[in-house]
Amino acid sequence: MAGTLRRIRPFRNIYAKIAAIPMVLTTMVVFVGGTLWTVTYSFTNSKLLPKLNFVGLDQYERLWSNSLWLTSIQNLMIFGVLSLVLTMGLGFLLAVLMDQKIRYEDTFRTVMLYPFALSFIVTGLVWQWILNPDLGIQHVVRGLGFPAFEFDPLSNPDTVLYGLLIAGLWQGTGFVMCIMLAGLRGIDEDIWKAARVDGIPTWKTYAVIIVPMMRPVFITTLVLVASGIIKLYDLVVAQTSGGPGNASQVPAMYVYRYMFTAQNLGQGFAASTMMLLSVLIVLIPWAYLEFGGKKRG
Amino acid sequence: MTATSISVRDLTLNFGAVSVLKTLNLDVAEGEFIVLLGPSGCGKSTLLNCLAGLLDITDGEIWIKGQNVTWAEPSERGIGMVFQSYALYPQMTVRGNLSFGLKNARMPQAEIDKRVARAAEILQIGPLLDRKPGALSGGQRQRVAIGRALVRDVDVFLFDEPLSNLDAKLRSELRVEIKRLHSRLNNTMVYVTHDQIEALTLADRIAVMRGGIIQQLDAPQVIYNKPANLFVAGFIGSPSMNFLHGATVDGGNAFELNGVKLSLEGYEGGAVGARAKAVLGLRPEHLEIVGAAEPGRTIPAVVELDEPMGADSLVWLQAAGAQMSVRVPVERRLARGAEVHLRVDMTKASVFDAGTEERV
Amino acid sequence: MTGQGPRGAKPRRRLSGRNIMLYGTLLFVSLYYLLPLWVMVMTSLKGMPEIRMGNIFAPPVEVTFQPWVKAWAEACTGLNCDGLSRGFWNSVRILIPSVILSILVASVNGYALVNWRFKGSDVFFTVLIFGSFIPYQIMLYPIVILLREMGIYGTLWGLVLVHTIFGMPILTLLFRNYFSSLPEELFKAARVDGAGFWAIYFRIMLPMSLPIFVVAIILQVTGIWNDFLFGVVYTKPELYPMTVQLNNIVNSVQGVKEYNVNMAATLLTGLVPLIVYFVSGKLFVRGIAAGAVKG
Repeated sequence: MAGTLRRIRPFRNIYAKIAAIPMVLTTMVVFVGGTLWTVTYSFTNSKLLPKLNFVGLDQYERLWSNSLWLTSIQNLMIFGVLSLVLTMGLGFLLAVLMDQKIRYEDTFRTVMLYPFALSFIVTGLVWQWILNPDLGIQHVVRGLGFPAFEFDPLSNPDTVLYGLLIAGLWQGTGFVMCIMLAGLRGIDEDIWKAARVDGIPTWKTYAVIIVPMMRPVFITTLVLVASGIIKLYDLVVAQTSGGPGNASQVPAMYVYRYMFTAQNLGQGFAASTMMLLSVLIVLIPWAYLEFGGKKRG
Repeated sequence: MTATSISVRDLTLNFGAVSVLKTLNLDVAEGEFIVLLGPSGCGKSTLLNCLAGLLDITDGEIWIKGQNVTWAEPSERGIGMVFQSYALYPQMTVRGNLSFGLKNARMPQAEIDKRVARAAEILQIGPLLDRKPGALSGGQRQRVAIGRALVRDVDVFLFDEPLSNLDAKLRSELRVEIKRLHSRLNNTMVYVTHDQIEALTLADRIAVMRGGIIQQLDAPQVIYNKPANLFVAGFIGSPSMNFLHGATVDGGNAFELNGVKLSLEGYEGGAVGARAKAVLGLRPEHLEIVGAAEPGRTIPAVVELDEPMGADSLVWLQAAGAQMSVRVPVERRLARGAEVHLRVDMTKASVFDAGTEERV
Repeated sequence: MTGQGPRGAKPRRRLSGRNIMLYGTLLFVSLYYLLPLWVMVMTSLKGMPEIRMGNIFAPPVEVTFQPWVKAWAEACTGLNCDGLSRGFWNSVRILIPSVILSILVASVNGYALVNWRFKGSDVFFTVLIFGSFIPYQIMLYPIVILLREMGIYGTLWGLVLVHTIFGMPILTLLFRNYFSSLPEELFKAARVDGAGFWAIYFRIMLPMSLPIFVVAIILQVTGIWNDFLFGVVYTKPELYPMTVQLNNIVNSVQGVKEYNVNMAATLLTGLVPLIVYFVSGKLFVRGIAAGAVKG
């Protein structure tokens, strides 16, 4: 009667455990391991090859006294804030317009979303061409009889970021619009009926009722867009190559330069660790809001 | 004495810190129809999933047909299972659904065909064999789901609320069919439901569960007439039992509430003893509305409302400070505010201790 | 589902001020979105003299396909002058195994996470999702070392592995959400029927999940085709994917700028994702929305 045939636990569902090996390796070795590795080596003076020769915060001191890095950070901040506010704002506005029971909704959506299917390289190159001062928009408008017309953002260090912004918005706003539109469609029809019965004007219904209800959608979109902005790389490479001069450098380019061309790994690791830190600044409050209060159950 | 088919010994199941089943014991005889009944969250479906091997238990043992199957795979336990949502594989035909398990067991095709044909004949689903589940009605789908258990040719059938997704008419039809199936196959059936009609009509024995504990395990009539505690008494029966909160007096010979005394003469529970706080449970059909008071046998009451329910009618009254319901023939109409008396059939009554909530 | 027609009340026919504003705005916005595509196509069909003279928005006076031919077969990167075709075929060779492998791994992950949860499986999933927010830059070098140790640094297979790794978070989320929407009782019934891990995956789950596989394929084809960073970091020049080669062609500092060839090359590179986008329609939207739904 006694003697239970209790199997040894680790061998139960053995195939499921084998199947999970890629996921376990990816999370533990690449994501966690890789991050810890880079953070650790950011405290070394590794040059061409990674060496565990700790030099404390030297790399970070050098990083924050490097004007190229400071420019990169400043650019990212300006571009980031503008791009975040504008993609979110315009995306929501477009979603509201699309939500007015319009005709040809699918056509409009297709038109607004197609740039999102294109790579940043394509986006950057086509806008580089359109903004070309000698043959692009500036040239065309001047040809129309406005010889003093100036529109050459990419050649001027003070305006190059706006040139990038035009391309960035073109690529990303459609995506935000789609998510916001899905959020709007997710709102119960009865809310609208109730607001109409109460005689609340449409704009006020959006402002007072719908926007607060869409808080989770806004937050998720914000996190997605923000973490995308921090990774910003391809667009700049294609559209301006960081120029004119170093006026449109961004952190991701700095990391690439020090890791793979300037052969100063420690500096690249320190810079990428700072990038991680900036993502955590975005991510931790979000994770706290999203998963904090309500523990699983 | 028939042999034991399923034996659950000290079964405990915890989900993290939450204890779902608490050292539960249950023996099911061969050929017996057991219904696990209780409100949602009581652990009845969880227990069934443990029997099927779909949940790993924390402690205890499960024996089926004399084998310790505590750690056996579901398919090795000699069980068939029928689910609430039918759980038919949508991409396979009915025939594919019925034979999937047999193919997994590498059974010869001839034997598979034979078993599928037999199941189709018993359940009258022969013409549906080449259809996909999407093309079947709810009742047909559930027949196929039963067929899937049937072809396995096992001694134990597990039903997880199989009729809950059907409408009322189909539900009663299939209920009869399941009962017929049981009498034909005579195998052990464990049936989970929250519907007391299903439980009362189908079961040889009902296990009423709450909070991961079996409250009472007995034949339907016993459960109905002699509920073991206040929970079982309140859960079984519709409309539910009237509860009068009072005390037992005169050395346990009478029940008193708000100055009204009822003699406990005839109570089948035997001596109840004097209790300062007791509950008298009376089913609506065990009360009779009479015109004149009979000392020790009636309670004065005032009619509040009557609800005709087709065959009979439910009268709500205010009696000795408590609200009570009484079942009367539908022809009997009572005016609101009428003063009447309720005669108690003490042989069918239940007395509970208000503290322990147990029957005395 | 009533096809493409607008839902809700019948729109008012008359040209109300509100409607003029609404459609006017939408048309104006559409112009901004369509302009680059128009310019790309027009420029790529003009000869260089016409480009220097004229207006980038104007359609070509004389249509020529020469820029397309040149972009495909003759454009130079460094010393190689065999055009974008090399990058195209590289991208195809990277794309096919990457898409298959990443989707296979991620769908099994999602399935295991929903139906075969084991101790710690939720922890791995959480780390995986958080991992998708970590800037790639921080993992670039450790992966170089890993690939070098495995002997596949600079090879196609190295890049395939990288795409599988970085596609895993979003795809696993996609599949996990889909599989958890399937009735759990189906899985239980299959267990009772004696099907094991792989039998349930291939016989029950896979046939029921074709739409989500299509969504995953769309997501991966566009994502991997558009990748630039991993292509630069993990392959050698002769294996560069199309995006990298395109950038090298257009942004090369030597020689005379041939804008028509550049735009033809840009269009060629954008063609695969554009075709996927226009063919897939709503499934594409579903794919990108999947990234926005939280787990």
